[in-house]
Amino acid sequence: MTLDRANREKLVRALAGTVIEHADELTSLDRAIGDGDHGLNMKRGFEAVLATLPDIADKSLPEMLKAIGMTLVMKVGGASGPLVGTFFMELGKALPEQPARADLVAATDRAINAVKARGRSEPGQKTLLDVLVPVQTVLANGGDARAIAAEAARAADRTAPMLAIRGRASFLGERSIGHMDPGSRSASLLIGAAVTTLEFEANT
Amino acid sequence: MSSSNSANVGIVIVSHSPKIAEGAADMVRQMVGSAVPLAWTGGDVDGGLGTNVAGILEAIETAWSPAGVAVLVDLGGAETNSEMAVEMLAEDRRARVVVCNAPVVEGAVIAATESSGGSSLAAVKRSAEEFYA
Repeated sequence: MTLDRANREKLVRALAGTVIEHADELTSLDRAIGDGDHGLNMKRGFEAVLATLPDIADKSLPEMLKAIGMTLVMKVGGASGPLVGTFFMELGKALPEQPARADLVAATDRAINAVKARGRSEPGQKTLLDVLVPVQTVLANGGDARAIAAEAARAADRTAPMLAIRGRASFLGERSIGHMDPGSRSASLLIGAAVTTLEFEANT
Repeated sequence: MSSSNSANVGIVIVSHSPKIAEGAADMVRQMVGSAVPLAWTGGDVDGGLGTNVAGILEAIETAWSPAGVAVLVDLGGAETNSEMAVEMLAEDRRARVVVCNAPVVEGAVIAATESSGGSSLAAVKRSAEEFYA
């Protein structure tokens, strides 16, 4: 995995593109069990990230990830801002400029722990952690881009039968069951876009 | 987003709705006048329902007191964004800002009343949170 400037710009465009393209879907998922603003909030955040191009891609990968995280924190406007933003910022703090898989495994582990702390949450509570944690396991076990993206999509699907414990959906109690968690869906979209763009190969 | 000069604990009100935040601040003012530094913020950066870290940071700045600032929040995102804002403060201020686990309107009024008597940040937080107990 090499990340030159062109690849960094491609990565930013892919992340933003998938969120913007799926904004309506995310909003409709959130309307079912939340306050119906997830798609709009994430779109606002990633449009702000896009607006930082081309300069942001001039930065090193760690600095770029920190800048993306900070933009999301400041612009998203819901709890997803600090949660997703913290994930990016912690990745940025932990990764070297040209990461190998082991670096990515360690950095995602650190970022997931930061998200847990930020949301005072654990997997199994119908949140983005239910995607981040199983995907990180596939990454740690050497899965390629396809395996990682597939697990991200499956993990988001697996949130549908879960009972929401955290966030606005928890107000619905058992009525949260049967709907996919919007934050898990957006996490799976971001992961899918990232690994596809980076052409993640097995065991590299 | 008004404030006042006082050594008492400052109060910040954070709601998804700017109307609720402003209304709660009006109720606080009615109780304590200008004895307590007070600021409110609400809405996302586009003015829709939501909360935003920049607005919260600004409100903390407005309501700043050497005695500290108690932040009252409504729903999840307001809490998460407030905790994020606190972490982004300069280190010497971070320990003097607390997010209270209390209902936003009642908590703000009780916290401000406690503060107006010169109570410590810990006492202000405790009073607001006792409403839940």
